[in-house]
Amino acid sequence: MQPANPANMPNPAASPQPAPPLAASIKFKLLAGLGLWFALYWQLQGLAGYLAFSLFGLTPGSRLGEATLFFFYDTPKVLMLLTLIVYGVGVLRSFFTPERTRKILAGKRESVGNVLAALLGIVTPFCSCSAVPLFIGFVTAGVPLGVTFSFLISAPMVNEVALVLLYGLLGWKVAALYLGTGLVIAILAGWTIGRLGMEEHIEDWVREMHVNASDIPDQNLTWTERFGHGKTAVREIVGKVWIYVVLGIAVGAGIHGYVPEGLMASIMGKQWWAVPAAVLVGIPMYSNAAGIVPVVEALLGKGAALGTVLAFMMAVIALSLPETVILRKVLKPRLIAVFLGVVGAGIMLVGYLFNIII
Amino acid sequence: MEIKVLGPGCAKCGEAEKIMRAAVEEAGVAATIEKVSDFQQIAKFGVFSTPAVVIDGQIKCVGKVPGKSEALAWLGR
Repeated sequence: MQPANPANMPNPAASPQPAPPLAASIKFKLLAGLGLWFALYWQLQGLAGYLAFSLFGLTPGSRLGEATLFFFYDTPKVLMLLTLIVYGVGVLRSFFTPERTRKILAGKRESVGNVLAALLGIVTPFCSCSAVPLFIGFVTAGVPLGVTFSFLISAPMVNEVALVLLYGLLGWKVAALYLGTGLVIAILAGWTIGRLGMEEHIEDWVREMHVNASDIPDQNLTWTERFGHGKTAVREIVGKVWIYVVLGIAVGAGIHGYVPEGLMASIMGKQWWAVPAAVLVGIPMYSNAAGIVPVVEALLGKGAALGTVLAFMMAVIALSLPETVILRKVLKPRLIAVFLGVVGAGIMLVGYLFNIII
Repeated sequence: MEIKVLGPGCAKCGEAEKIMRAAVEEAGVAATIEKVSDFQQIAKFGVFSTPAVVIDGQIKCVGKVPGKSEALAWLGR
């Protein structure tokens, strides 16, 4: 799920001059905010211990005590990380618009284009319901089909909410693995689709369309506006997902304390069929990263294998049934099947790879 | 005045339409508001990030829900 970002407002009145330098008052506010954030963040462990063991009088080491400690530590930690990163990404995204990204990608050679498209997919703001207009806009402007797919695969799969939650709950190594493999899948799947030469499987009306989008003016934003975008992103994204994070961590905390170890090993372990089964189960499931990561964390804790769980998570986030149904409006069935097949195969490869090496 | 709100029909597009309706009412101008959700129609405007607002054929904003004050400014208020 990629959020729409209000960065795309064409402002006809904008002057062509570069944004003015950062005002001192904004700099001060930013530094003060960051300082406060870090000061609070380093106190979380102590605060959680105080809440669980002193205030509620639970015994350290007991089931209920540990589950409560886990909840009171992880919830504020993840929410604080989420706020910081979503704010930063919101400001970063104000430098990118779908219009600008299209200009960069139009006419790029395939291999280079696939890499660029996958990277731009992370930072370009667009709402998931814009996938079809965006597809039309890219393809009609001469962005190669495979490059367009690299963008459309990377944009939902590699997103800041998933990365923050993976980092906060499972550590930086798993987060880095997810980022790296997500990008590789987007690049290779897009490249493969490009190689297959399936342009005639785009719906005819899209191919016959000639659009001229050059009348949408580029905007020049001031720093104040860019930081405003950061704030809006926090309000929109954190405001929407916090409840899933809290519920997910609460469920996770419960599983930590009460579900027997090794339960998941028998169904989400390293059996040969576990990875394809995880992908097949994941496709019709539609959830955002905020809801799925705490569950994933709990599954891992109970003996599920990392490769199987990563494959499951990627299938849930990157391949969704509703999106596929919408894409049918611009793609013929064969290209839809190839898209699902290639991305599904990439996800399975990642699953098997990590089950073998870890 | 002819106002078109382009969007396939997600929550944000509905919000954009609501804002435009409220702005028209507040400004008291005579205007028709049309929601365009057909992808082919949207693409013809050259718009590929939604929601977008088009007034009398001129694209006013793309890829975001406009603010009310912004909308009022487009209506000349």
